[in-house]
Amino acid sequence: MSPVTESRLRAGLLWSLVRAGFAEQAHYRLAVAAGLFTNVVFGFIRAAVLFAALDASTTAFAGYDRATLGGYVWISQALLGAVTLMVPVSPVEERIKNGDIAVDYLRPVPLVAAFALPAVGRAAYSLLPRGVPAVVVGLLTTGWFLPATPGPYLLGALSVAVAVVASYLGVHCIGLLGFWVVDTRGIKAFYGILGTFLAGLFVPVDLFPEWLRTLAAFTPFPTFLQYPVDVLSGRVLGAAAWQHLGVQLAWGLGLLALALLLERLGRRHLEVQGG
Amino acid sequence: MTVPSGAVVEVDRLVREFTVREPVPGRRLRRRARRVRAVDEMTFAVGPGEAVGYIGANGAGKSTTIKMLAGILVPTAGSVRTCGLEPIRDRRALSRRIGVVFGQRSQLWWDLPLSESFAILGAIHRLEPDALASRRAELVEELELVEFWSTPVRQLSLGQRMRAEVAAALLHRPELVVLDEPTIGLDVLSKQRLREFLVHERRTRGTTLLLTTHDMGDVERLCERVLVVDHGRLAYDGTLSGLGATVAAERILVVDLAEPVADLQVPGTRHLGSEGEGVRQRLAFDPATTTAAAVLAAVQTRAEVRDLSVAEPDVEDVVRRLWARNRAVGAGGRPGSA
Repeated sequence: MSPVTESRLRAGLLWSLVRAGFAEQAHYRLAVAAGLFTNVVFGFIRAAVLFAALDASTTAFAGYDRATLGGYVWISQALLGAVTLMVPVSPVEERIKNGDIAVDYLRPVPLVAAFALPAVGRAAYSLLPRGVPAVVVGLLTTGWFLPATPGPYLLGALSVAVAVVASYLGVHCIGLLGFWVVDTRGIKAFYGILGTFLAGLFVPVDLFPEWLRTLAAFTPFPTFLQYPVDVLSGRVLGAAAWQHLGVQLAWGLGLLALALLLERLGRRHLEVQGG
Repeated sequence: MTVPSGAVVEVDRLVREFTVREPVPGRRLRRRARRVRAVDEMTFAVGPGEAVGYIGANGAGKSTTIKMLAGILVPTAGSVRTCGLEPIRDRRALSRRIGVVFGQRSQLWWDLPLSESFAILGAIHRLEPDALASRRAELVEELELVEFWSTPVRQLSLGQRMRAEVAAALLHRPELVVLDEPTIGLDVLSKQRLREFLVHERRTRGTTLLLTTHDMGDVERLCERVLVVDHGRLAYDGTLSGLGATVAAERILVVDLAEPVADLQVPGTRHLGSEGEGVRQRLAFDPATTTAAAVLAAVQTRAEVRDLSVAEPDVEDVVRRLWARNRAVGAGGRPGSA
């Protein structure tokens, strides 16, 4: 097989796995609609709480005003369906538990690709129908918060893409723990609570006290939500935006390496435990 | 049994142990680890184009062997080579040359129509568009997939899904096809279709077939060689007719009669029992000496037959009798090593 054919077929594989996730998600339109409804309701609650805090605040409130705070709330609500954060569950865990992982092991594709690429497809499907309406509701209720220059949109798209992949890789690693741990519910609950908080879902990371912000910086969570929101809303621009993107990529690659390592160790362990 | 050079599967003194943890009586928190041998010094080889039935009771070690052949499990000791490759080390290369169907597991995308699943599988196996299209057309026609080609997999019946599973495993034209319980739970017609397809596939492409099953019908119609495994050891390796001779594989004819009749005595059969004062009677016969049609004809001379069914013996039944006979012979040696 020529190298050109080889790379064309490889690209075809990547694309078909992404498309599979997209097509799968398309079968759950009602779930997407329900997700949108929840996003909007939750958005109103978050906006109300944060606006009240802003009005009562005597400090600089990390530079947020009413418009930028509205942007933070509604853009993060828009991304919530696409990044894997609120429900930290990967299908890989279920397949390890019921033994279907044997079928995945029989294919000439690494587990991480077989699961992460469809996750990207699922995210792509929920991004538009859940994301756009959430932003529109935000614009109608809190006023204009979108950037006026094209830069934040272009870098923002990249930043969102990296956050979608990296956040999936995080739960993929949790799912792979299923090779060793019979019940990962406790780990997932801890990951979900810690993750959503440190990602900046309830309070923007910049409003954290110094020590908590430092702690958050030692985890990948802010790069799953706060970073893409910052880039997309134009809160960080130019070099600072590129720096955000660099940190996101570094965490993404780190998680990819961890996923590959766990995959390899898990294969050996499965061999010990039996299929 | 002699095997042509360049064996597709070569298993040499293969051993696989598992650790089982069990509670210690009287000590609630203590658990004791015990090593269990699922596969015990197994040695056999399968040549190109052979069709081999790998049979034995539940827990005999069939699936464990298959998982080692396919590169999912590492052997504890001994060696295994599949398609000339070392399954664990060369699993990427091996996955392009073997097709595996686990009767209880699916390789299809639950929410997607078959057409999508096959497009993805084509991409996974890096098939050129032309090669994919021609092979897909072949499988769709031979396994009659066209009527549910656009239906999401979760809406397929078991028979439809199994046909699709087999097609999915064979899409990349593997030279070795391993089927683990391919007909489990299928109705007679679906079984028939699947067997006919596998026979055709072997005849036209020379595919090597290795299948585990509980269904003697699968073995009879598909396999020319049988490996019987019991407690992880090879108990028999030879032809099916040889196995039949060792432990006559009886059929059971069940007839429902128009009115009660005294226990039927038909030459060449054993009367197993009667129900409803003789309205339903069960007769055992050896298919090697007589046929269901001959037995039925004999019954019809005595009573009017309303309904009938023929039961095939269970593999476990055959294995049980093989071992019972073996113990009766004594020695404990392996029977029928042809």
